Amino acid sequence: MKVKVLSRNPDDYVRETKLDIQRVPRNYDPSLHPFEVSREYTRALNATKLERVFAKPFLASLDGHRDGVNCLAKHSTSLSTLLSGSCDGEVKVWNLTKHECVRTLQAHEGFVRGIIVRYCGTSFFTVGDDKTIKQWKMEAPGYGEEEEPLNTILGKTVFTGLDHHQKKGVFATCGQQVDIWDEQRSSPIRSFTWGVDSFSSVRFNPVETDLLGSCASDRSIVLYDMRESTPLKKVIMTMRTNTLCWNPMEAYYFTCANEDYNLYTYDMRFLEKPIKVHMDHVSAVLDVDYSPTGQEFVSASFDKTIRIFSKDGGHSREVYHTKRMQHVICIKWSADNKYILSGSDEMNIRLWKANAAEKLGVLSPRERQATNYNQKLKEKFQHHPQIRRIARHRHLPKSIFHQRNELRVMKEARQRKERNVRKHSKPGSAPVVSEREKNVVAVVK
Amino acid sequence: MWVEFGWLFSMAKVSKKKGSKKRSKQGSEATESSGTKPESSEVKPPVVYDDSDDDEVYGLNGAGEEEVSSEEDEEENERKHQKLLEAISALGGKKKSLGERSEAATHMSEFTVSAEGEADRVQLSDLIGTVETTPAVSAKSRKQLKDLQRSRRTVKCPLSKQETQRIQRDLAFQKAASEVSRWNSIITQNRRAEQLLFPLNPEPSGPRPMERVVTGWKAHTPLEQEIFALLSANKQPVHDPVLTPAEEASVRAMSLEEAKIRRAELQKARALQSYYESKAHREKKIKSKKYHRVQNKAKRKDHLKNFEEMVKTDPEAALEELRKLELARMQERMSLKHQNSGKWAKSRAIMAKYDEGARKAMQQQLEVNKELTQKLVTSLKSEEEEEEDEEGAEDGELLPDFVNVAEQDVSNPWMRGKLPKEPTERKTSSTEGVTVVAAEEEEEEEEEEPEEEVLLRELDSRRKRREAQESDTAAVVPVDAVEEEEEEEVTEEQSLEKEAEASDEEEDGLSEFTRIFRGLTKDQKAPEADFNEASTQLEEGLIRIRSVEDAEGLPEEDAAEPPQAAPSEHPLSSEQQVGPSRKRKKGIELMEVLTKEMKAIKVPLAPTIMDSEDQLDQRGLIKEAFAGDDVISDFIREKRKHEEAGKPKVVDLTLPGWGEWGGLGLKPTNRKRRRFRTKAPPPPPRRDQRLPSVIISEKRNGAIGPHQVSSLPFPFEDHAQFESCMRAPLGRTWNTERTVKKVTKPRVLTRLGAIIEPMAEEELLKDQKKSSWTDSKKTHR
Repeated sequence: MKVKVLSRNPDDYVRETKLDIQRVPRNYDPSLHPFEVSREYTRALNATKLERVFAKPFLASLDGHRDGVNCLAKHSTSLSTLLSGSCDGEVKVWNLTKHECVRTLQAHEGFVRGIIVRYCGTSFFTVGDDKTIKQWKMEAPGYGEEEEPLNTILGKTVFTGLDHHQKKGVFATCGQQVDIWDEQRSSPIRSFTWGVDSFSSVRFNPVETDLLGSCASDRSIVLYDMRESTPLKKVIMTMRTNTLCWNPMEAYYFTCANEDYNLYTYDMRFLEKPIKVHMDHVSAVLDVDYSPTGQEFVSASFDKTIRIFSKDGGHSREVYHTKRMQHVICIKWSADNKYILSGSDEMNIRLWKANAAEKLGVLSPRERQATNYNQKLKEKFQHHPQIRRIARHRHLPKSIFHQRNELRVMKEARQRKERNVRKHSKPGSAPVVSEREKNVVAVVK
Repeated sequence: MWVEFGWLFSMAKVSKKKGSKKRSKQGSEATESSGTKPESSEVKPPVVYDDSDDDEVYGLNGAGEEEVSSEEDEEENERKHQKLLEAISALGGKKKSLGERSEAATHMSEFTVSAEGEADRVQLSDLIGTVETTPAVSAKSRKQLKDLQRSRRTVKCPLSKQETQRIQRDLAFQKAASEVSRWNSIITQNRRAEQLLFPLNPEPSGPRPMERVVTGWKAHTPLEQEIFALLSANKQPVHDPVLTPAEEASVRAMSLEEAKIRRAELQKARALQSYYESKAHREKKIKSKKYHRVQNKAKRKDHLKNFEEMVKTDPEAALEELRKLELARMQERMSLKHQNSGKWAKSRAIMAKYDEGARKAMQQQLEVNKELTQKLVTSLKSEEEEEEDEEGAEDGELLPDFVNVAEQDVSNPWMRGKLPKEPTERKTSSTEGVTVVAAEEEEEEEEEEPEEEVLLRELDSRRKRREAQESDTAAVVPVDAVEEEEEEEVTEEQSLEKEAEASDEEEDGLSEFTRIFRGLTKDQKAPEADFNEASTQLEEGLIRIRSVEDAEGLPEEDAAEPPQAAPSEHPLSSEQQVGPSRKRKKGIELMEVLTKEMKAIKVPLAPTIMDSEDQLDQRGLIKEAFAGDDVISDFIREKRKHEEAGKPKVVDLTLPGWGEWGGLGLKPTNRKRRRFRTKAPPPPPRRDQRLPSVIISEKRNGAIGPHQVSSLPFPFEDHAQFESCMRAPLGRTWNTERTVKKVTKPRVLTRLGAIIEPMAEEELLKDQKKSSWTDSKKTHR
């Protein structure tokens, strides 16, 4: 009798070497897979749901300040170091990995208005309400040594903002005027005035390093070139701009945080109207910072929330809030594009993930592939109503939710009124003004 | 006094260098500094254009002038008053004049010029007068002053500070904007990029050198110090031991891309070289004499051409060439080479009587000799002339008799003394043409299309026959393309000679012949054209004939045929009918169409007449209009069809061969079929079950609705695009590994724990280099 036995030839399923690609016992013929779209849709839906499940952005709270945190500064060479200045003149240096304060120094009397780390990371500058600019060593003083600044410059007026040049030993302060200082000198090498009595912030362009922008209290944004003796141009808006931030990857774009709850992205060459208006906050926006990749930015608002916007998105992709977080005064996006740091009124600094559902740490290759695939699936099916609904749903505190609805109603009413006015006036006499143009009053040469 | 003077001078210079900005600015500064008031006005908030302060400035200046004038008046009054007092004192006789207190400031102006009295005033002319008398003042400045006096023009008022600042700001802004615009290309490139990698210039992986990790490291031990001393003496890098200066320079000199390009070029050159070498080697190995002959000829031609060029461009080199040729000639003349005097030649000569190859070989030898011993003038002639000479020289002078004879009768086909080929060809072709034409004329009406083919075939066959004859007569001499060309040339020449020799009558005859020939060909062409036309007509006609027959077959169309056409057609005979009928076909067709239309029109005409009779009966009218179609029954039928389609179908899942015998012609048993026949449960009742006049489609599935996209999302332009995007799967279930990797590549990729620096100027340089490199690549290609 002949007995037949099931047998498999190992050549059919074993690779010759480890470097060979795996044999695929599968036919890719699309006619054999009629349900690919529905299967992927289900996968996308699951991925979206899982994303929401895993979205836990809050990482840590750094407490230790005895007054509201007024300013933050990233270390330029070390990712784990953060500096913060509070409203009682105290400056703290934090170790982010250990979530602890490593150094505390009483820098000023009154507010610490600005703090910035030198590009080399060996020292940092602070300005305060006591009309001084102080330069400090990054290293803590040795045992028994006094905590003393390297340099102290006594100014005539209060300084409200500070920024350091990207490559040179030059920094800029603002107060009654915008001053450019050489680190070696005790008087400004250049000071710009343009008929304004005070500025709230000044920022160097990180790409085109000799350009600066500043926000003035007369609702204007003024641009400067460090090499010129005069300012370049200014744009006056309907409400005051609190801060501005330049895009670190796109030299001519900057985004400014405005009192009218919106953020505006401008092309510095065409100030007549902003490129984009970013809406979603329900109170004044106090600070803004770009991600180091230049693709997104984060904003801090008086409405106790943090929002993340894509650089050309009109609405935010993410909102962060906690019960205990009060008005967020300052915000920073960490230099490795992974974290967000916020300093708020109630004396805490909070550490957030930039992508709420992202798994931190090293991913195994399969994990990475899976996340990439899921990401693409979410992108592909993002327009499908179910998926969109789940992906966009965010819980908001009641007050903000109601305020948002109220604002929406107000906006609709305004639009309706405009429409009616247009309808009942001579054609062309009440033209449609775009949202972007509405908030620019004038551009001054 | 001298201060005033200096100021004047400066003014003079200003007038001289009118239009130069620097001066004017100085001037403006001077004016600004003279009046302190305008500076306070700077603090005012500017409006769109900061000009508002200018008026104020001017206004203030105006006020100042007024003050001055009032002061003058006062002074005059005072003077009068003093005079009056003096007069009074004079009246009163001698009185002790009391010393009055006076302040110097009233008598002295700020420019140290006393401003007392009109007469004391200094005029410009006075000053100039003194200048002219003093010898110390140079002639140039004198002239300048004179010019100044003469010219009444005033210097233009300098722009206000606000205005100048505005201009400066504008310029600065434009400069900054243009500077910033250099980033345009990079930004757009990054926006379009499929994947962005951050940090932009990542540090190379692997262990970093010690000197980078430990910054404050110093050589302490004597050994270390010695080593470092050596290194520094040899200009080796100490702190950053990456590259020596020389290496750095070399890196700077050539980038990786350039090096790659260079390497590729070299590779190509090498490949080409080896290719040509092997080719040359191959050619060298070829034994075919004919091949080498052709090759040599080509070479000679080339050489000649080069030589001619050389004569024009480089006469010395040409002379050198000539000398070489001369030398070769001398050598040839001196030697016995190619003289048919060697051993081999003698043996050939013996064989020559019987062997044609031997004869040819000998002849060739002689030709070579002749060529080499020819005078240089002839060598400068063109190739054809040489050939002619050769052919002309093919008389018996140089050749042995037997060679000549043999040549005359057999091997050289154009030396046979026969008629030149072309005329014979013509004749044959003409005769053929005549015959063909005749044949055509006979067959004209029978065959149209194949005639051309027949003609061609005949011509072909004749040529073949002739060639066969030739090949029969001629020996097995291989006929090269080159030789054929030569043949043609020779025949032409010969024909020319013949013509020259021939008498006028002959010429006339020839011309007559050609005329006839042309006429014949024309005739031939003309009927062909006719036939072409006819053929096209015929094609149409065939259809028409059928249509006519059809028309005749159909009673309607028969009736539709116009009465004029019918009688004209009938008397024509069957033969004649074909032609005209073809021409008339269009008309008939037209008429057909017309009659059809007329019929169509006639139908609605009847009811309109009816309409006029009773307009009120709308219902009847509609009935009349839709008399043919039964709408209601149609609707019922359609609904039934929908219902049928909605009913579940019996699915037969029987597989032949399972559990029983299988094979061709065998059917599964009824039992099995019954078992595998599945019946779906009846569907829920149709929604239009109770609605007799409604069809509600059951195809729509409400449950899917919330999952479907209701409107076209933004980046897509049309539905097809969106759907195709949706249809393409991303997962590894449906795609190969590589595709999945490519498709699921994230747009932004960052390295864990790496600080992402803002974009630096180096990126710009990189971009420029890249673009320039691609440009250069393009130009290379």
